[in-house]
Order: sequence, then structure tokens, then C-alpha cells
Amino acid sequence: MTVRNIAQAINDALDLALAKDSDVVVMGEDVGRTGGVFRVTDGLRDRYGADRVIDSPVAESGIVGVGFGMAVGGLKPVLELQFMGFSYPAYDQVVNHVARIRNRSRHRFSAPLVIRIPYGGGIGAAEHHSESMEAIYTHVPGLKVVVPATPYDAKGMLLAAIEDPDPVIFLEPIRLYRAVKEEVPEGWLTQPLGEARVEREGEDVTLITWGAMTKETREAAVLLEENGISAEVIDLRSLVPLDIETLTESVQRTGRAVIVHEAPRTGGFGAEVAALLQENCLFDLAAPIRRVTGWDTVFPLKRSEHHYLPGAARIAAAATQVMEV
Amino acid sequence: MFQILTPSGALNQESPLEVEMIRRLYRAMVFARTYDRKGTALQKQGRLATYAPFEGQEAAQVGSAAALDPDDWMAATYRDGAAMWMQGYPLELLLAGRTGDERGGSPPVHVPVLPPSITVGGHMVHAVGLGWAAKLRGESRIAITYFGDGATSEGDFHEAMNFAAVFSVPCVFFCQNNGWAISLPREEQTRSETIAQKAIAYGMPGVQIDGNDLLAVYQTTKEAIERARGGEGPTLIEAVTYRLGPHTTADDPGRYRAEGLTEEWRRRDPLERVRLFLSEREVWSQSWQQQIEKEAAEEVDLAIERAEGMSPLGPGEIFDAMFESLPPHLARQRAEATQQ
Ligand SMILES: Cc1ncc(C[n+]2csc(CCOP(=O)(O)OP(=O)(O)O)c2C)c(N)n1
Repeated sequence: MTVRNIAQAINDALDLALAKDSDVVVMGEDVGRTGGVFRVTDGLRDRYGADRVIDSPVAESGIVGVGFGMAVGGLKPVLELQFMGFSYPAYDQVVNHVARIRNRSRHRFSAPLVIRIPYGGGIGAAEHHSESMEAIYTHVPGLKVVVPATPYDAKGMLLAAIEDPDPVIFLEPIRLYRAVKEEVPEGWLTQPLGEARVEREGEDVTLITWGAMTKETREAAVLLEENGISAEVIDLRSLVPLDIETLTESVQRTGRAVIVHEAPRTGGFGAEVAALLQENCLFDLAAPIRRVTGWDTVFPLKRSEHHYLPGAARIAAAATQVMEV
Repeated sequence: MFQILTPSGALNQESPLEVEMIRRLYRAMVFARTYDRKGTALQKQGRLATYAPFEGQEAAQVGSAAALDPDDWMAATYRDGAAMWMQGYPLELLLAGRTGDERGGSPPVHVPVLPPSITVGGHMVHAVGLGWAAKLRGESRIAITYFGDGATSEGDFHEAMNFAAVFSVPCVFFCQNNGWAISLPREEQTRSETIAQKAIAYGMPGVQIDGNDLLAVYQTTKEAIERARGGEGPTLIEAVTYRLGPHTTADDPGRYRAEGLTEEWRRRDPLERVRLFLSEREVWSQSWQQQIEKEAAEEVDLAIERAEGMSPLGPGEIFDAMFESLPPHLARQRAEATQQ
């Protein structure tokens, strides 16, 4: 066991995958020589060579479109798009080709690739570097979309994504890259995609979240506990497929749910979770489901980002209101 | 590669500019360098968000922008503060943007410069639209767009070049080939021997010039602007220069490039050769240098003070520029945000 942060856990997973399977290649802007702008791919080019850890031209549509061709042609590309705000030039390739080739060819062809995308704000970055647009991916039929929030999950889910026969969008919470550390077992391990994680057990209200917001949600649970409210915290970690059983079981028990995400509210993935919960356990609910989210604004720049990001106080306040119904 | 002023300050051919004008542009380059170095220093003190220095590229930016008319459009990048400032973008707003304040993206109405593009490549197409709009409206203004060697790999580069040529749009494509796109060297960005030669495929002229030569930059850009204004369509200019500093303050160039190469380019410093030229003609002196450096430092410090003095946006204000008037759902969210 070694203590690793999320960036190191992903590096470890890529290292294992490159070592185990010569079909695995890593490609993206600056992933080679300099180890990526977040140093997540640090050292891999030295170990596996520039043919397998590929510094691409500055061309996102090319990275994904060429990666698609590589995947159909038998490789297992793990592609990196530098920031979510720069993933949009590749969106056409993702929606129209990566997500569809299996259906278009009735299983004759498939694109088993992974697209790693750092996402989320809170580091005072320049415009376009703070996006949380997971819903534009969860809305696309044919994609799996996952968001690890711990080093163990980052490693286990990335290896599961690489093993997966279908394309996986692998979202990495920038704010947590170095903020969470834990012991992660050595060697190959996989964490199946599609299983939520109960981060903290509780009885009165279920707080549902994913990615970077797990931190604020955990903090909110502590605040609530001080006021005698026992909150259960669930980290979805896989948005598609979604572990609706774990959610339903929890909300049936607590009768109350608050969904927390950093992304803008309208059309956010929280809306999908709320819809599924009312389909599955409307009559168990003691109060309406609440959402605590980013606002429907452009993600603000450094000086104003605190006005946007949901914090523990906002989450705890919503949960308290839900308790008062 | 086209060059007028050699690194030792000698002329290869007649200067397109009077000595007095060269002296003014030298002063502008000193201002630009002062601003740029202070930008890096402020970021290190945590007063700016990430900063992308342009040291080494002053002649490319100052020389090209000097050839514009005041109402010519400009669409540039995060690294083009000097060009934007030359075209009227206030220093304090450039700095405000870098402190992480949206108001930095709002230049005065008479300044025809878009806020800096952070996405690589997206703005080149915008310049084509700006130039084309001017043409269709019968205005005589043209558009110039600045971008790096890396941006030529984006699909938008192709689309912008093609549109501009097909519709003979009054647009100047000004590429600062500074050798690097973050860690990727120019040779691995494209196998084209030059970036200028890419123009051939689109059916427009392409010129490769010494981007550290103020005079070559000025003259070439002037000609391209005149072609555009005269209805002869777009031009691609490749200004060969070098990014002496890191990609941004978050970058460590030691991970991907040899220090020796940077030292070699320092010897081709764009300011130094103009200084030698002026000195030769006895219109440069140590005391004048000190004076303009002092003026630059004072002006930049004042701009910093103004930028930092802007009272921060409140929680409600992040909603107020989403639409011309606030739709009901945003009004509700705004109320929620401000009552916390
Ligand atoms: C669409 C997009 N992709 C990736 C990035 C991240 N990024 C910022 S600058 C840069 C390199 C750009 O190089 P170049 O065009 O040569 O300009 P330079 O930075 O050297 O001035 C990259 C990849 C971005 N900002 N936008």
C-alpha cells in the first residue's frame, strides 16, 4: 500500500495499463514531455516511449477523432483533453462517432476508448478552465460517464474504464487532484462502473453528490450533525450507468433527499436524479427533493468564484429546510 | 525570412519608418516589457490569476499593431497584451482581467478589440466575421487576428483561412511562431517547413518574417493591411519569434526545453537591436532609457492600483450580464444567491 493522491493514483493506473497491454496508448496535449499540465502523466513517456505516450498537436477534434480510429483499429487509447472547457471542439466526434459506432455497425465496430477530462472550478483559473458540464456527456446515448472523488476510485475506475468494451468519459475533479490522499493497494485493481458509494451513513436525510462536491457535502453533513441531523452522504461516482438501487434504498429509508452539484442547475444531472427518485420512491418522501447547485451563469473568474460554488453552509441550509417540512 | 533590421542594429534595406517613429515604438516596447514583467511578478505574489508572459515577442506585437488604423478590429489571445494595448485596450482592464474580474473584458466603446481569447483558435474565425461585416457594411476597417504556432493545428485555423480566402475578406492572420505550444516544439506541431507556406493551399499570400525585427514586422503588416483594405483579401504572416519565458506562470519550461536555446534567443532580443539602431543615430541615451523605464513603471503601477481598486462584483452581479434583461428563472436564482 502506498499513500497516493488522485493525480498519483491515475498515474499509477496508466502505468499499470501501459505495462500490461501493448495496445494501450496515452494521447493528448502536453501529456508526454511535460507530463501533462497537472502532471498526471508524469514519467510515462520516459518509461513507454513517445510512440505510446503521445504529445498531440493542439487539436481536440483530432485527438478524439484519431483516437476513435485507433480504437476501432484495435488499440485502447486513453485520451486526455486538457480542460473540460476545451473538450467542445471534440464534441462532434464524441456525439456523432465515438458514442454511435457500435450501434451504427450493429456491433461490427466499437470504440473502446477512455477520454480523461479534468473538470470543475475553485482554483481561480482563467475562463473556460472551471467548467462542470457533465450533463452534456450524460445526455449522449452510448457513453458511460464516471467521476471518481477518491484516489482508490480514481485508480480502480480508470482501470475498469480501460477494460470496458465501450467508450468512457472519465471526469477528474481538478480541485481534488492533490487535496485527497489515501492508501491505495498496489497492482491491478478495478472498481466496477455503475456502483455508487455510501460515503457516510445517516438516518434523516440523503445528500447525493459526486466529484469535487463530495468535500463540501461531507462538511455539510458534519455541520448538520452538530445540529442533531443525521445525514447520509452518497457519492454517485458513476453517472452513467447510475446506481439507482443504492439511491432508492437510502431515500426510502430517510424520506428526504438533497442533490448537490457544481454544474449549473437547469438541465443538470441533478434533475435526472430527482426525476428517477420521484419515479421510484415518491410515496416515501416526507419533503420535496431539493437541489443545491451552481447557478445558471457562466462560471465566474477568480474574484467571484466563491459566489458561485455551493459551499457546506448552503448545502446544510437546504438540508435543514428539507427537515423542517 | 524577411528582415530589415539585423540583431546588431544594422539595416538590410531602407527603413519603412522615420527615426522618430522608431523611437516611439521602442518606447512602446519598453512599456510592454515593463507591463509583462510586472504581470509575472504580481502573479507570484498571488495578486493575479495565471499570467501568460510575452517577453521576447514585443516587436511582433508592437510592430504589427502600429500598422493598424484606430478603428481596425483585433481578435487576439491571452498572450497578446502588448498588441491589444497598442490598439487602445486600457492596461488597467488587461490587468483586471488577469486578477479574475469579468470587467477586464469590457473595453471602452471606441476600442475595437475583443477580450483576449483563452480558447486556442476559436477567435481566428471571429476575425474573419468582423472583417467581412466591415466589408458588407461598406466600412474601410479591416480585422487582424493574432495566434500562435499551436493554434494552426486547430480545425478553426483551417476554417478561418478558407472562409477568408473564399470570400476575399479584409483580414490579416498574424501568427507569432514563438517556437512552443506549451511543451510541444514547432517541429512537432506541423511538418510544414514554414507556417507561412500553409497560405498557398488556401489561395492567399503567406510571408515568413523575422518576428523580432520591429521594422520587418511593421512593413509586412502594413502591406497586408493595405491589401485587405484595398479589397485584395487576406494575408498570412508568420512572425518567427521566441517565448523567452514560461508558457504561463504555472509552467516549468525546464521540463521540456534546454536553457541554452533560450539564451541563444535572448541574444536576438527584439528591443536590443532597436536600441543599437537608435544609439547609432544618437537618439538613445542611458538617461532617456531610465526615464522611459520610470514612466512605464509608474503607468503600469497606476493601472495595477486601478485594477485592484475595483470593488469586487457582488453575488448578484454574476447574473447581470447573462442576458440583456434577467429572465424569471435567473431572477429567482439571483434572489437566492443574494439572500445567503
Ligand atoms: C481549444 C484549446 N485547447 C487547449 C488549450 C490549452 N492551451 C492553452 S495555450 C496552449 C498552447 C497554445 O500554443 P500556441 O498556439 O503556439 O500559442 P502560445 O501559447 O505559444 O502563444 C494550449 C494547448 C486551450 N486554451 N484551448
